[in-house]
Amino acid sequence: MFLAPGFVIFSVFTLFALAFVVYLTFHEWSIIEPEKPFVGLQNYRDLIEDERFRQSVINTFYFTGASVPLATLCGLAIALLLNQPLRGRWVFRTAYYLPAITPFVVSAIVWKWLYNGDFGLFNYYLLKTNLIHEPLSWLSDKNLAMPSVILMTVWAGVGFSMVVYLAGLQAIPEELYEAAKVDGAGPLARLRHITLPGLLPSTVFLLVIQIIFNMQIFTQIFVMTRGGPIDKTTTVLFYVYEAAFQFYEMGYASTIAFALFLLLLVFTALQLRMYRRQTA
Amino acid sequence: MSAAAEAAPRPTKKRGLPPWKSVLAYVILVPGAILFVAPLVWMISASFQPVGDMFSWPPQWIPDNPNLEGYKLFFGIVPEGELAGRASRAAIGVERWFINSAIVATGITLLQLLFNSLAAYVFAKRQFPGRDLIFLLFLATMMVPATVTLIPNYLVLKHIPLFGGNDIWGIGGHGMLDSYYGLILPNAVSAFGIFLLRQYMQTIPDELLDAARIDGASEFKIFWKVVIPLCRPALAAMFIFTFTFAWEDFLWPLIITSNPDLYTAPLGLALFTTRNRTSWDMLMAGSVIATLPMVLIFMIFQRQFIRGISLSGLKG
Repeated sequence: MFLAPGFVIFSVFTLFALAFVVYLTFHEWSIIEPEKPFVGLQNYRDLIEDERFRQSVINTFYFTGASVPLATLCGLAIALLLNQPLRGRWVFRTAYYLPAITPFVVSAIVWKWLYNGDFGLFNYYLLKTNLIHEPLSWLSDKNLAMPSVILMTVWAGVGFSMVVYLAGLQAIPEELYEAAKVDGAGPLARLRHITLPGLLPSTVFLLVIQIIFNMQIFTQIFVMTRGGPIDKTTTVLFYVYEAAFQFYEMGYASTIAFALFLLLLVFTALQLRMYRRQTA
Repeated sequence: MSAAAEAAPRPTKKRGLPPWKSVLAYVILVPGAILFVAPLVWMISASFQPVGDMFSWPPQWIPDNPNLEGYKLFFGIVPEGELAGRASRAAIGVERWFINSAIVATGITLLQLLFNSLAAYVFAKRQFPGRDLIFLLFLATMMVPATVTLIPNYLVLKHIPLFGGNDIWGIGGHGMLDSYYGLILPNAVSAFGIFLLRQYMQTIPDELLDAARIDGASEFKIFWKVVIPLCRPALAAMFIFTFTFAWEDFLWPLIITSNPDLYTAPLGLALFTTRNRTSWDMLMAGSVIATLPMVLIFMIFQRQFIRGISLSGLKG
């Protein structure tokens, strides 16, 4: 049967994994201890009380709430400009897209350097232009760390939304613009009444995909801040990682992961609907 | 770069913009583009600088003393003696990371192309009871974020029976942790890929398959000789998505590998930064090299890439 290989892998690594993660949330499951006692709802109770968990949820929402709209808006603006008949469009398109094809780890390493307090390029240029008078320690400042991570993520994400919007712009029929012009609609009216509504599907797609992706932010945090300073950049997935693979508390870590899943459920459902609408 | 020009948005009917508008557009686009590429330009420049110069203020955009030290260290063409006092390359095995990444990314990509297209074919072209329900189940469960299945999958791999020193009950050894199997297998199918291919296969007329069937072709032959060649554009798009994803993946390799010989490139580079004595020149050279395959794939497959994005669920 053609379905067999896919189905076996799917059964083990998705179906079984899902059941297993639920099972784990009801157990105290330490890798080191041979005993894995059933603890009922204890993990969930701990989770509600857990100050760090609350902080990590706040951080994750902060990160997603800032990075997704910023990347989407910048991508939209650039796509609108690049949809004009300009010379050298492909140069710009490549330039804005390059960060998106750079491996995330590489971007994070380079940006960590740029942000460095002692020899980073940010401090150099900001000091030189007198925008700041003291070098800033971007990633180790408790108020600047998260915005710094967000800025880097937006830089890496704009290219994707730009490309999606460019594809969306091409799907809008030219006749609509012609008709609007005949009716005397100015450029702004055309933008508001034709272009933006026409881009709605692209926007929904981008928001859903990016929210799901960014809520699971991990790589930047691991490379750039390790959750610090004082947990200001500890995100939910980073907390899962620490609990599971540094403290070996698989049961509790699964509970955190499951909570993240519940937080994402609405968006996963939206994503599924997007795909289903096409299958219908 | 002709591909880029062809992939350009359809030219608008009116030729050119009023000059003041073009100028305005450039005033926004040019500085923006410079800021966007600056970090990458700096990375390339730094990879050719001696370690001392990398820390200099003002930063050197064009290296004063360009050298290939970082790349030489990276490829191990520096006499062992000169390595004294620096992190020994032998202990790090950097070029190994890239071989690992290539193996893992290629493995994942090939398996996905095969398994996804097989499954997609069944969902698109075969009739059987409950087909659409199973498809929906596939789609729904596989949209579950990877985060959730991370821990169970780690434990499952650790306890694969009769593997990596495990007994029949899956106890005793490390199972598929620290192995290519562990890096590849859990990523060997994807709902997104199946979905994409299924959508594409549905556009293939059934008559074509029936004709082949009448000619006595086996089901597999139909799949292989008729369906697959027709799906080339969708397969190309999937190839790009899967390969880049697998090349960049960080969290999964981080969790399941502890043996430096099995580090993938992103993992090796990231863990490298946390060492005490980082050879920054080597790290920057490695970063450039890790980025190159992505840039190459993008350049070669630009058209398929743009096409893939429009295939992937944007048809309003």
